[in-house]
Amino acid sequence: MALAATIQEQATLRDPAKFAPVIDLNDLSVTFGGRPILQSLQGELRGRAIGLLGPNGAGKTTLIHTLLGFHSPSSGTAQIFGKDIRTDAKEIRSLIGYMPERDSYIAKMSAVRFVRLMAELSGLPPEAALERAHEALFYVGLGEARYRSLDTYSLGMKQLAKLAQAIVHGPRLIFLDEPTNGLDPPARQRMIRLVREIRDSGKANIVLSSHLLRDVEECCEEILILKDGRLAVYCNLEEERKSNRKFLLLETRGDQEKFVGAIGALGCEYAVTGDHRVKIVLQGGTEVKDLYRVAAQYDVQIRRLSYKRDSLEDIFLKAMENGHGSL
Amino acid sequence: MAVYEVTYKPYLGKLTPEWSRFLVIPRHAFRDVFKSKLFTAFFVICFIPLLVEAILIYLHHNVNALGILKVNVRELLPIDASFFRTFVGLQASFAFFVTLLVGPPLVAKDLRNNALPLFLCRPFTRTEYVAGKMSVLLILLSAITWVPQLLLFCFQAQQEGAGWFVDNLWLAGAIFIASMIWILIPALLSLAISSLVKWRVIASGALLGLFFIPSVFGEVVNQIMQTRWGSIISLSALMNNVTAGLFGTFERSTIHITGFDKGVATRIMVSEPPLWVCWFMLFLVSAVCLALLSRKVKAYEVVR
Repeated sequence: MALAATIQEQATLRDPAKFAPVIDLNDLSVTFGGRPILQSLQGELRGRAIGLLGPNGAGKTTLIHTLLGFHSPSSGTAQIFGKDIRTDAKEIRSLIGYMPERDSYIAKMSAVRFVRLMAELSGLPPEAALERAHEALFYVGLGEARYRSLDTYSLGMKQLAKLAQAIVHGPRLIFLDEPTNGLDPPARQRMIRLVREIRDSGKANIVLSSHLLRDVEECCEEILILKDGRLAVYCNLEEERKSNRKFLLLETRGDQEKFVGAIGALGCEYAVTGDHRVKIVLQGGTEVKDLYRVAAQYDVQIRRLSYKRDSLEDIFLKAMENGHGSL
Repeated sequence: MAVYEVTYKPYLGKLTPEWSRFLVIPRHAFRDVFKSKLFTAFFVICFIPLLVEAILIYLHHNVNALGILKVNVRELLPIDASFFRTFVGLQASFAFFVTLLVGPPLVAKDLRNNALPLFLCRPFTRTEYVAGKMSVLLILLSAITWVPQLLLFCFQAQQEGAGWFVDNLWLAGAIFIASMIWILIPALLSLAISSLVKWRVIASGALLGLFFIPSVFGEVVNQIMQTRWGSIISLSALMNNVTAGLFGTFERSTIHITGFDKGVATRIMVSEPPLWVCWFMLFLVSAVCLALLSRKVKAYEVVR
């Protein structure tokens, strides 16, 4: 029995589809003053690090605030680790760490006291809270500055202090709202490294909201794109990148001019990028086998054929054009 | 776990009971409050009247001490309801100044620095936040009002005997309730103002104004209309009436001086507003303060 249970556990760990969803959105809608901000969001988010993307005003921050219980849903609901945000808000908040977008701190307080206070409010006893506050500040790289007043911190240091207060109580889910806002490149790199470390520890899931695609690309495995309060895309980043099977990169030998002319005649777009290289976008019903047929016809060898991977920017722009959910 | 272990680790230790978490706020706030030497000195001064009160009670019951000081017991204040009421009123004025110094920045500084989301994203409700901030004031003010007053009441009872204690037990209730009114109303007002105004100086000014401007205006109404109903907009008059009611010294009819005729004051009898009106007005003020706090203490203000 015990062995069977262990095998089952391992199987569950290997197969992400069997994970219980971190966030389960059930037709979640939020309205402010009659204006819909989030509209019928539906889906199960399971990734270790989920990137929340969308243009300004798409509803990213509202979604985070609603999941934190700051706003009440106008209809539908959501569940975090199986707990309903409408009925178990307090219980959910004990599992969550939150790093707000805006400058948030308590004036005239040293960093270590600030982080300790936040830990105590999360339920840690004073001694444990103090110990964890020191650890969290060392972890984010503010160890040497932990006795300084937060008022004297630079913007980058305040961001790190906000991260420290979000992780001090060891939450299972961490919401990071624009964590790299206003950071210089080294500070940004440090923040990204920390986020990736937390993700890779496997002890906390992360939801990272950002309008900086590069940050999301570097940290997240899955992305959720919002557009006008609706779910435009939710996908695994790696799989989505590979899913575009229309954009091909070819390396050929032979009469390239005739070959690309024939490809153009099939209705495909192409661009010759070098002596033997050509980029092709398949159009209409054209398939890869048609390329081989044309190549054989003109005695052209196809030495290499690869699919171009979409960048996050491509995925994002596609989502903005289409705007339909793909869960 | 040592500080050099720089990895992310969940917390697996025991947690404090949920009901006690609001007390984290006063514990941290007191550190800031008593950092100021000026405030600490003022807080110590607040205990001087209580010391005087204790000496008076002691003298009443110590013949030897009276002999040494050559004072007749009849020359001392009698230890009765009026005695305790006087000291409750005196301590209430100290409590007001403590509120003026401590209250206004309590919520204002969190609002100014957007700290509310940090409090409310934890297993910590808005009610607990307000209770925590209120308890900063209530604990401080209790320490200089009803707690020492009740101890002095017990001291008097111990000196006088069990019979006095039983006969005057209602006085203990009056001391407690009157003191609570004198600390609850200013505390609620200062928190409500603190949630509206982000700047400490303006918040302190507003609190001071709320106590004194309506009092002056009410007195002007009283003089012009030859009534006492103008007092219903004066918080201090309302609390004074309620306190007098609790100590059994409230008189509805009072003498009102309307002017002077050849150096002699002309007087008429006017009626104070009934006690239930005073209680109602104080409840109304408290309700408005709570409604304001409920409206303003939010993680984020929704712009509609």
